[in-house]
Amino acid sequence: MKKYMSDLIVTANEQLNNQYFLLKLTSKETLPEMLPGQFAEVLVDNSATTFLRRPISIHFVDTANNELWLLVQKIGDGTRKMGEFVVGQSVNLLFPLGNSFSMPSSHQKVLLIGGGVGVAPLLMMGAELQKKSIQAVFLLGARSKNDLLELDVFAKYGKVYTTTEDGSHGEKGYVTHHSLLKEKFDKLYTCGPTPMMKAVAAYALKNNIDCEVSLENSMACGIGACLCCVEDTKEGHKCVCTDGPVFNIKDLKWQI
Amino acid sequence: MADLTTSIGRLQLKNPVMTASGTFGYGDEFADFIDISKIGAIIVKGTTLHHREGNSYPRMAETPSGMLNAVGLQNKGVDYFIKNIYPQTSKIDTAILVNVSGSTIEDYVATVEKLVDLEHIPAIELNISCPNVKQGGMAFGTCAASAEEVISAVRKVYPKHLMVKLSPNVTDIAEIARAAETAGADSVSLINTLLGMAINANTRKPILSTVTGGLSGPCVKPIALRMVWQVAKAVKIPVVGLGGIMNATDAIEFFLAGATAVQIGTANFIDPTITVKIVNGINDYLDNNGYKSITDIIGKLEIHE
Repeated sequence: MKKYMSDLIVTANEQLNNQYFLLKLTSKETLPEMLPGQFAEVLVDNSATTFLRRPISIHFVDTANNELWLLVQKIGDGTRKMGEFVVGQSVNLLFPLGNSFSMPSSHQKVLLIGGGVGVAPLLMMGAELQKKSIQAVFLLGARSKNDLLELDVFAKYGKVYTTTEDGSHGEKGYVTHHSLLKEKFDKLYTCGPTPMMKAVAAYALKNNIDCEVSLENSMACGIGACLCCVEDTKEGHKCVCTDGPVFNIKDLKWQI
Repeated sequence: MADLTTSIGRLQLKNPVMTASGTFGYGDEFADFIDISKIGAIIVKGTTLHHREGNSYPRMAETPSGMLNAVGLQNKGVDYFIKNIYPQTSKIDTAILVNVSGSTIEDYVATVEKLVDLEHIPAIELNISCPNVKQGGMAFGTCAASAEEVISAVRKVYPKHLMVKLSPNVTDIAEIARAAETAGADSVSLINTLLGMAINANTRKPILSTVTGGLSGPCVKPIALRMVWQVAKAVKIPVVGLGGIMNATDAIEFFLAGATAVQIGTANFIDPTITVKIVNGINDYLDNNGYKSITDIIGKLEIHE
């Protein structure tokens, strides 16, 4: 897929709470085709403290409004500055980058498991599944109900189940403890904190379920040039930016 | 249009802008963004005799106005390059140079011997300055005697243009440059990355798996400029300048300090079109200041009276 470097325009920056915001960007040209699981490298301001671009998952593409959505958590200087982007501002992006989640076959029963801001790429995946008439089921986990984001938006594309560590929403505990997992699924897609993804991967292996994870190793270029973001796989070091960010767990060397 | 054609000894380039090894892949990674044949030369990723997996993740730390890397020369080895990558890179209509690294003199020589007959590789850049490998690499480039030894050995088997990439992690870089010249180098390129370190105070751990890594980006530019200026005065062979060049003005500063050509490294990670922008910006500078050729500004630093 061709990659682009483009100046997009901020159409909305919705502060979901004090930690998370939803950035909507548009372009003068029709946005290129993007696949669920891909990401963009956002040029924040190229200042001394935010020198490199920030890799951010593509959350959703609203083709009707020619909008690209990014769901972001304020973690460091870069994401905090992105939270201050204003409507009308121009933002330079490299996109779409990386591979994508694979599409299941139509008869497969699919579960999308997200944790924290890792739910971001799963919305677009749910939308793509719906286009192919595959019913997505979301299992979204967070520390507390305030960290569960856009449940109403996810609900448009599939049934939503939740867990919170404090029990303030859905079942109490981790996603891998949810009663939903007593059901038999054919395919799991997951994105979130590494311990959560490893727990999901362990569940998948134990139950012999095909499972794809989306990784977020720190990176510089995003296009396979710097070789900084490598993940150790059964075929050696692979770049998360170009060979990933989505990997099938059977290809990784995770100790689980 | 000013004349940007550049001669680095016998190496003829369409313009003086090259890509620094390890920052531009094999070129095709950037082909969606720019016409890579407009770059003066592409120096491909550090190549070794055998396949190297490189260091463990994490390999990168962002630092004020720069970054540390500890990639550790990950590459599939020279045979893989010749069989699988060279057929594609040789079609690019610009000079392609291979950066060569090794753990022993025998490794360097054996790697170079495999590259010497490649028609579309007019030069190699001998990397005696990688800070991220346990053996060889920078060790050769931080001592004049060992630098001279490895360069002399490679010189015997490589009749084409031999560029030697110098380490800034030395007391006197001019001494190493003179050793390179004595050993028969056709040019020197500098600087490779500066040895640095980053710590996460919250976890009390180093950010890089290797603890230390190579610092690059605009934070190193003043050091690079100083070293290019010192080396250009110390040797007669051409000097290729690199270190934190982010735009055409930065590049012009290196020419004034005495560089015959420049390499663009870390800037490629932020703007994949930066090389072509810098070529155009150099041309604009020459036009706007009434210079006809890039050679008119090389070493033309005007020291205060």
